Amino acid sequence: MRLLTHNMLACNIKGVTNGFPLGIDATRVETKEVEMNPDFLKHIFPKLRWEAFRAAAHSLGIDNLPEQVDSNMLLDEEFLQQFHHALLEVHLEEGALICPETGRRFPVSKGIPNMLLNEDEV
Amino acid sequence: MDIALDVVEGQPRATPLSLVTTLEEYRKPLLPSPRRKSADIRLVARHADVYEPCDDSFALVDALLADRANICELQPSVCLEVGCGSGYVVASLALMLSDRRNIRFIATDISKSAVETTRSTLAAHNLHADVLVADLVSGIESSIAGAVDVLVFNPPYVPTADDEVGVGGIASAWAGGDRGRVVIDRMLEVVDSILSSKGWFYLVTVTANNPGEICQIMRRKGFASRIVIQRSTEEESLHVLKFWRDGTNESSDPQSNGPLVSPSGRASFLQRSLSHRLSCLVSFKSV
Ligand SMILES: C[S@@+](CC[C@H](N)C(=O)[O-])C[C@H]1O[C@@H](n2cnc3c(N)ncnc32)[C@H](O)[C@@H]1O
Repeated sequence: MRLLTHNMLACNIKGVTNGFPLGIDATRVETKEVEMNPDFLKHIFPKLRWEAFRAAAHSLGIDNLPEQVDSNMLLDEEFLQQFHHALLEVHLEEGALICPETGRRFPVSKGIPNMLLNEDEV
Repeated sequence: MDIALDVVEGQPRATPLSLVTTLEEYRKPLLPSPRRKSADIRLVARHADVYEPCDDSFALVDALLADRANICELQPSVCLEVGCGSGYVVASLALMLSDRRNIRFIATDISKSAVETTRSTLAAHNLHADVLVADLVSGIESSIAGAVDVLVFNPPYVPTADDEVGVGGIASAWAGGDRGRVVIDRMLEVVDSILSSKGWFYLVTVTANNPGEICQIMRRKGFASRIVIQRSTEEESLHVLKFWRDGTNESSDPQSNGPLVSPSGRASFLQRSLSHRLSCLVSFKSV
C-alpha cells in the first residue's frame, strides 16, 4: 500500500474517538518507481492530511518532507519530487498499522491493509 | 506510468466481443459510439475462493459503459467499488475512464483473497487503486465521507438463511440472507454519508431483493433512482439500479431517464437466482 492509502485509514473500533492517524510498524517496504504527474499531486494536495502523511513517511525512513506546507510549494520541482516519492512510490508491503488510541494492530500483508474488526469491536 | 489517472496511457484493451455479447441488445441508440472499454477477461486473476466475473458483473460493467458519457460529464474525483471480488468491475471502470485525469479509485472486499485477486487484476492492466480488506467501508468511512462520486456494488444478493451471510469463503460472495437483503440493506445505510453531493450509486439487484422496495428506502433518504439495465435470463432477472440525490442531475440527456422501479417485486425468482449463482460456481469449478 502507498502512503496515499494510509492517509485515509482510521481505526473505527466502537467507542474509539481518536483512531487517526494509524501508526506504522514496517516489516517490509518496497519502492516502485512511477512517472510523476504534477497535476495529480496538485489535485490531491489540499485533500491530504499532511501531518499524518509526514509522520507516516517518517516511520518508513523518509525525513525530507517539510513540517509546514502550502500550495505554493507545488511549484517547486524538488518538493514535488519528494512529495511524489513518499506518496506514491514507497509501498508498505508487510507490517501493521496501529491504532493511536487502543494500540490495536491492523495487519498489512502483500501490500493490503486489513481493516476488519472482530465481533466484539463493532 | 500515469498515477494521477491511475491508468497507463495506451494500455486499455478492447474486450473480446464475445464476452460482451449481451451489450449490444441493451445499448440505447442514443449513445452514438461509446468506446468499448472494459477489463480484459484473460487478464482477470482467479482464485478458488473468489467470485469469478459472471452475468451480474457483466451487467454492472455494461451499465457503467452505457452511462459512461454521463459519468465523464460528472467529472468524478473518487470512485469506489465495494465488494470488488476479482477486480473485473473496478478495473473496467478505471479503463473506461482512462481519458479522464486525476480520478482516484478505491476498492474494498471483506475477503482477503478477493482483495489480493483484485490487486493482481489491476496490476495486469497496469492500473493502480487503493485496495483494502474491509466490511463495506470500515476503516475509511470517515475519510471518504461526502467524497465518493461514483459508488458501485454488486452485492451478495442470493436469498439464504441469515446465518449464512459473511461466513467467509466463496459463500460470502453470494449469500445475502433474508430476501438477499442483509448486506444490501447495510450498504443502503452508508450511502448517504459517503456519497458526494453530486455522487451516483450503482447497485446490482435481483427480483427476489425487491428492487422497488430498495428504491423506496432510498427515496426516503432523499435519493431518486432509475434502472440502467434490466436483464432477464432463464435463471433470474437482474437489475442495475442507479441512485442520485434528488434535485441533482443524473444525466446530461433528460431523455435517458427511465421509470422508477414499480414497488411490486415478485419473490418468485428466489430459486432461479440461487440456481444461477450455483451455475456460476459450477462453471467456475470446472475451469
Ligand atoms: C457478487 S460478488 C461481486 C464481485 C465483483 N464485484 C463482480 O462483480 O464480479 C460480491 C462480493 O462482495 C463481497 N462482500 C460480501 N460481503 C461484503 C461486505 N460486508 N463488505 C465488503 N465486501 C463484501 C464478496 O466477498 C464478493 O467478492
